[in-house]
Amino acid sequence: MIEQVAEPLQQSGFAKVILEIDVNNHPGVMSHICNLFARRAFNVEGILCMPVSDGKRSRIWLLVFEDQRLEQMVRQLEKLQDVLAVRRHSAGHEVFERLEDFFH
Amino acid sequence: MKQMTGAELIVRLLERQGVRTVAGIPGGAILPLYDALSGSTLIHHVLARHEQGAGFMAQGMARVSGVPAVCFASSGPGATNLVTAIADARLDSIPMVAITGQVPLSMIGTDAFQEVDIYGMTVPITKHNFLVRSVDELLEVIPAAFRIAMSGRPGPVLVDVPKDVQNQIVACEDFPPPATPDAPPALDMAAIAEAARLINEAEQPVLYLGGGVIHSGAAQQAVTLAEQAGLPTTMTLMALGAMPVDHPLSIGMLGMHAARHTNFVLEEADLLVCVGARFDDRAIGKAAQFCPKAKIVHIDVDPSELHKIRQAHVAINGDVARVLEALLPRVEVSLRKRWLSRVESLKSRFPVPWANQDDPRTHYGLVQAVAAALDDEAVIATDVGQHQMWVAQAYPFRRPRQWLTSGGLGTMGFGVPAAMGAALAERDRTVVCFSGDGSLMMNVQELATLAEEWLNVKIVLMNNNSLGLVYQQQNLFYGKRVFASKYRGAPDFVKIAEGFGIPAVDLDTAANPRGTLAQALHTPGPCLIHVSIDREQFVYPMVPPGAANTEMIGG
Repeated sequence: MIEQVAEPLQQSGFAKVILEIDVNNHPGVMSHICNLFARRAFNVEGILCMPVSDGKRSRIWLLVFEDQRLEQMVRQLEKLQDVLAVRRHSAGHEVFERLEDFFH
Repeated sequence: MKQMTGAELIVRLLERQGVRTVAGIPGGAILPLYDALSGSTLIHHVLARHEQGAGFMAQGMARVSGVPAVCFASSGPGATNLVTAIADARLDSIPMVAITGQVPLSMIGTDAFQEVDIYGMTVPITKHNFLVRSVDELLEVIPAAFRIAMSGRPGPVLVDVPKDVQNQIVACEDFPPPATPDAPPALDMAAIAEAARLINEAEQPVLYLGGGVIHSGAAQQAVTLAEQAGLPTTMTLMALGAMPVDHPLSIGMLGMHAARHTNFVLEEADLLVCVGARFDDRAIGKAAQFCPKAKIVHIDVDPSELHKIRQAHVAINGDVARVLEALLPRVEVSLRKRWLSRVESLKSRFPVPWANQDDPRTHYGLVQAVAAALDDEAVIATDVGQHQMWVAQAYPFRRPRQWLTSGGLGTMGFGVPAAMGAALAERDRTVVCFSGDGSLMMNVQELATLAEEWLNVKIVLMNNNSLGLVYQQQNLFYGKRVFASKYRGAPDFVKIAEGFGIPAVDLDTAANPRGTLAQALHTPGPCLIHVSIDREQFVYPMVPPGAANTEMIGG
């Protein structure tokens, strides 16, 4: 059919946001989540994932740039069957700061 | 204690879920499941000729019934052939469970024969998907697949089952109970009260119904709301049938190929009540200029649709039938004489080009002749292209689930297998599939399945020997540089149908085309009805790409 004529993608902002996501722990969860961001050309700056409690669940930390699509992205994330909760933190959160030593 | 193989367990769970028809094609990696299926006395298997056909048959069953339907395919090419039908189900929110065979667990990742990562491939086109890694998981995964497919906003779920998992022995005390949908979201009474206030205060409101009204079974509530509040009502392509098109409040389908008056009414709206629709670009044109003066009330079961394209003034997350029921007692009865007479004057100023077209050998005339020969119990399916839009514009849809079309993905080849699925699910109905010569060729192999199953499917083929909508757009928007849209050969579709064992009639040569058409439609069993259509007939009105809905050309 016809080509889509749409507004160009907005540039993302410079403010960083940290998302803390509780998920079921099984192979494939990560690809569901990363696909969602990649498809929308939403750059994920940092990613960290470890199992929690008895290993049935994991916690994923994502570092992303603030963008007006972020709220929509969070709603999309919450729709995924394996996503149990999404929490937003400001860039002041220390989780990625404490990892910086490993990236020098 | 029951003991059985994974394959037998799947078949038992499908039976217990109420599945009575499965469409599919066997192959190496799914043979254990087919072996188990051969022992089922409850499930009828329909052997498609291409997995995409099987996927669309499942869609047809699901679209006509609202209940999740099932298709099977083997690993590798079998699974990849399903992909288009799955993506189509995703975009139109159709509940479907696709079960694919996979190479044995130990061979996954080795580039084994007929191995593809169908799990990875279907992540973005399913509502959810599973790769089953042990037979015990099937006890949870199969009911979960159905529950997810039918809960909230429906959608397709894929379950990939390695061959060794199908063969493993599982022991269980009892089968898990058949899946039921999750409870709908709690009603947001404050938002509902606010929506009622906006409706009561509006001067020029419009009701905008989407496919969610059909999925939720909310057509009756939507019509009641329109009547109670005096709301002119437009429907998306997916919602046709939610309100009878000849209802005095119906202003027909909106968007790219809407009647002129429909888009002009929307332009003047001061309130838009959007129910189960998603502001799709084909429906609203340039988003910023759609209903520029209107406040927006948006009701949807999927929270991620709210505020996605247009910021709503009142956003209500909930099952639309339940929300409308809660809304109704709060909405004042209003005759809205001034606004409705304005709508009537726009209707009479811009009459639709498809009214009173009588010659059954023209595109609109054919659609109306088919409608005249049938009652509202018939199901109308289409393929994708000009014929689809002509039927959407001109066919008098009067009930939900009367109309099956590929809206979001716009898949040519959808029509015949989807119509077959409808006929499989509801065998006493006449199912008509309007198709074009381009679309029909994309799943023509399913005519063999149609002949085998001898379903009551009538294919009405509008033949202009071209990719009509492409030809139209090249003429309108690409300086008449017609390229790769006209066919050089001209297959004999009557012979093709007859070659598959399907009766066919040609209205081109019929002495009494209207009589021949009616007789073909009323004879039980399949039939192909061939009609040549003028290639220079375009779909009008048309909103050019990127334009606002009020900038229509033609019509």
